[in-house]
Amino acid sequence: MPAADIAAQLETHRGYLLRVARLQLRDEALAEDVVQETLLAALSGSSFSGKSSLKTWLTGILKHKIVDAIRRKQREPLLAGTFDNECDIEDLDGLFKTSNGAWDTPPADWGDPEQALNRSQFFDMLDFCLEKLPPNTARVFMMREVLELDSDEICKELAITANNLWVILYRARMSLRECLEQNWFNAKS
Amino acid sequence: MLLKRALGHILSCKDVSHLVSQMNERGLGPVERWTLRLHLAVCDACMRFEQQMRFMREAMRKYRE
Repeated sequence: MPAADIAAQLETHRGYLLRVARLQLRDEALAEDVVQETLLAALSGSSFSGKSSLKTWLTGILKHKIVDAIRRKQREPLLAGTFDNECDIEDLDGLFKTSNGAWDTPPADWGDPEQALNRSQFFDMLDFCLEKLPPNTARVFMMREVLELDSDEICKELAITANNLWVILYRARMSLRECLEQNWFNAKS
Repeated sequence: MLLKRALGHILSCKDVSHLVSQMNERGLGPVERWTLRLHLAVCDACMRFEQQMRFMREAMRKYRE
């Protein structure tokens, strides 16, 4: 394939890569740098085997670039102090009855949710819900679910305890669940 | 109903929601696994929650692919 075609193909994924990087880094300029580095590395590298999709391959490169960027950024105590209030789950306690810990509003019936996975609008909604998460919560959730870093790596990178990590991921999952329920699954019926 | 109430004392829906989330990051102990399974067997709301969490994992897998 001519280089220009490859470049054009890579370019179609720029939007997705930027969204992922932005959620991770919460820094527009840095996100753009990281994506630019990723696309350049992809252009110059010959390691794309065609076994995985181009998008998966690019996400793999992006993952390394983001981890590098986070390591560099760690020296600046930028988001560190704000972790404390995001580790606090008291505001999620309203989801359950104080008397016995039962659901206050039980999860709604989502019907056949698998169908949503074939709709691009569903993924737009997922983006919207991810953007609504508190910054550090979104960042940790993306490290876990998109970059697929394991718990130990994340704890080490961010200098948080395993317990902090579980609470942050719990918050992310509960908020996402609620957001999807309100804006997608309930909105349709 | 009685079983459900008795189980609720051991493991509330709130506890279940935490365990279901943590299952993704750590292996549950035998007692946790057992009480969780029992709770899910009698509690429709938590069963639904657990299925929704599994769906969300699937959605995130598709998101990154």
